[in-house]
Amino acid sequence: MSEHAHGHEEHSFWRTYVFSVDHKVIGLQYLITSLLFLLFGFTLVLLMRWQLAFPGQPLPLLGRLLSPEAAPGGVIGPMFYNQLGAMHGTIMVFLGIVPLAVGAFGNYVMPLQIGAPDMAFPRMNMMSYWVYLPGGLLMLLSFLLPGGAAQSGWTSYPPLSVINPGQTMWLVSMVFLITSSLLGSLNFIVTILNMRAPGMTLGRMPVFVWAQFVTAFLLLLAFPPLEAASILQLMDRVFHTSFYMPAGLVIGGQTTPWTGGGQSLLWQHLFWFLAHPEVYVLVLPPMGIVAEIIAVNTRKPLFGYKELVGSMAFIGVMSFVVWAHHMFLSGMSTTLSNFFLVTTMIISVPSVAVLTCLILSLKGASIRFTTPMLFALAFLPLFGIGGLTGLPLGLTVTDIYLHDTYYVIGHFHYVVVTGSLIALFAGTYHWFPKWFGRKLDDRLGKIHFWGTTVAMNGIFLPMFIIGMQGQSRRLYDPTAHLHNLVGQPMHVVSTVSAFVLLIFQLPFIYNFFNSIFNGEKVDSNPWKATTLEWQCPSPPPHGNFASVPRVHRGPYEYSDPAHKDDWLPQDAEKAVAPV
Amino acid sequence: MSAHAPAVQSPYENTGVPDGKLAIWLFLASEVMLFGTLFTSYIVLRTAAASWPRGWDVLNVPLATFNTFILIASSVTIVMAHAKAAARDKKGFMLNMGLTVLMAFVFLVVKYFEYSSKFAHGHYPSTSIFYGIYFTTTGLHGIHILGGIAWNLGLMWWANRDGWDDRLFIGRVEYAGLYWHFVDVVWIFLFPALYLL
Repeated sequence: MSEHAHGHEEHSFWRTYVFSVDHKVIGLQYLITSLLFLLFGFTLVLLMRWQLAFPGQPLPLLGRLLSPEAAPGGVIGPMFYNQLGAMHGTIMVFLGIVPLAVGAFGNYVMPLQIGAPDMAFPRMNMMSYWVYLPGGLLMLLSFLLPGGAAQSGWTSYPPLSVINPGQTMWLVSMVFLITSSLLGSLNFIVTILNMRAPGMTLGRMPVFVWAQFVTAFLLLLAFPPLEAASILQLMDRVFHTSFYMPAGLVIGGQTTPWTGGGQSLLWQHLFWFLAHPEVYVLVLPPMGIVAEIIAVNTRKPLFGYKELVGSMAFIGVMSFVVWAHHMFLSGMSTTLSNFFLVTTMIISVPSVAVLTCLILSLKGASIRFTTPMLFALAFLPLFGIGGLTGLPLGLTVTDIYLHDTYYVIGHFHYVVVTGSLIALFAGTYHWFPKWFGRKLDDRLGKIHFWGTTVAMNGIFLPMFIIGMQGQSRRLYDPTAHLHNLVGQPMHVVSTVSAFVLLIFQLPFIYNFFNSIFNGEKVDSNPWKATTLEWQCPSPPPHGNFASVPRVHRGPYEYSDPAHKDDWLPQDAEKAVAPV
Repeated sequence: MSAHAPAVQSPYENTGVPDGKLAIWLFLASEVMLFGTLFTSYIVLRTAAASWPRGWDVLNVPLATFNTFILIASSVTIVMAHAKAAARDKKGFMLNMGLTVLMAFVFLVVKYFEYSSKFAHGHYPSTSIFYGIYFTTTGLHGIHILGGIAWNLGLMWWANRDGWDDRLFIGRVEYAGLYWHFVDVVWIFLFPALYLL
């Protein structure tokens, strides 16, 4: 494409910072936007946590600002609580973690790592951001609708989702987000296949690029089923078709316009057919980030590059045939649930293989305990807890007891918060010098790290206990049931930890914005890393590389005794003997 | 973007397949998942339904057969348009692409009459699951036809301006053809599934 040959002409302010086609600017747009969405989604759950720990008590400070319908007298109402739950899940998954892991990190780092001047389709890249943003804003605006935002959980199970207010906006917004992810994933795959610098064979690509490659396929092939399912749900809501609706539905003594004959289970299947690969969309790029950081900070090649890449590809394929393990209790023949039990146990094998390779990479290393490395190291055991607690949910027998309890919430958040989010923090500290030419402050980073990891465990560890005590996960007021009272102190621990987590994000927010302007200036390769993104200036100019880099070796050539330095860049001509 | 694109092949394009061609095939793969989901839903809903009308009892099979032929013919003309573009015959390209667009319009006009006769008889998407599936799948297919018309008209407009001699021109005609064949194939599945089974 002609875009490959970049001129260096000046662009206006709008073309440089707002409607830019440069993958780096788009990556930063995604970065800032998704971090803001993450903060917003976190605020929503803080309101919920308050209600769970202190049910019926008015919210301090914020309570008076909320509308009287949502929170009469400052006490969060049940309908508003449901909206918070649905929107927290939706915002964190679709507007926070995925755009951060793929839109921000993928967009900025992946083309640099393969030595490309930009993405294959720069304008399509810009479009994908400008479709994502209105989709996200529509989702936020839905709080202002009469009746409020969607309130049927992020899973939107019918018939409730077809009846409840707010859902139409949710569906329309999802169509925007799905379109954005389609444009992005097409672009990622073509870029990785076609735009690699000479010598950058598939077997020399950094693990992060492989992770983005597999992720892009998941986005490409798993999202269209949700789009189709959303269209059907939209038809049910707007034109009163009955794809998901039973016959003879009566609400409040009144008959409803749906003639019936549909199947609400159909939605669950279609939704989870997307949403299980989606879990791996949330997990694979963070795994790639952790692999990069571990290689740099252990100063030795990763253990089992091929095994890592093969496992990630196998996870990608298998993630399409495990979806119904979310539905063991929804009504399914035992033959089918046995099938999904087996596939679920199979997919845990490559996940464990990835983790094993990463842990074995530490063996015998003289580890540099930098802030990104601390986050990456914390990822290993914490993601491990998330993964291992998933096994009892994948086994039909234990799932009967644990299904739909707080245990599920604990498991999922260990995977996505102490797993993915921790890794994304690690990536932020790791690549920040590349983005802005300045480092994040190390002391603030360590405060952020210790506070964050301790607080996260304080939030989610109690959930396993509450869940095993049998508490259902979507209760507005857990104390309404006598048998839940025993778990109430745990809810208080969890809520207090959530507020502690908020407090420990303040040093990060300050550090982030302050370091853009005042951080310690660093050269283009402050970590002494081998991959290509560190072999161009920080921040890289338009077009990235002064000349097309030639790649001579694999991505992790650290501590080669035949070379004078302990790192040998991928594009270095040949090793230089030590003096 | 430089006005003088270099004549040499870029050092990129590792696979030897142009970016656009990779992208269109990936896009079609995602489209297969989209329509595949709708077909799956159709099968699930139909097998579970207490009763399901015979397509030929409630829908207009002759009109749909006519539309099927129209779409297949338009697939032929778009291949011709691509061949003419490759042979650098601009008039032939315009003629065949114009015919493709014309037939796409004919398809939509016929569809319009089919829809309005259903509405006139009081059959709406909410009437039954069958009509729900019928209107949703054919409606989504119709939107894809509209997209194809826009794409093909855009190519004709571009050819008339400065696109005809652009090195990307023939490729883009080919991608339009791939997309158009896909839209055609979706109809080839929809027609028996809705009208004949």
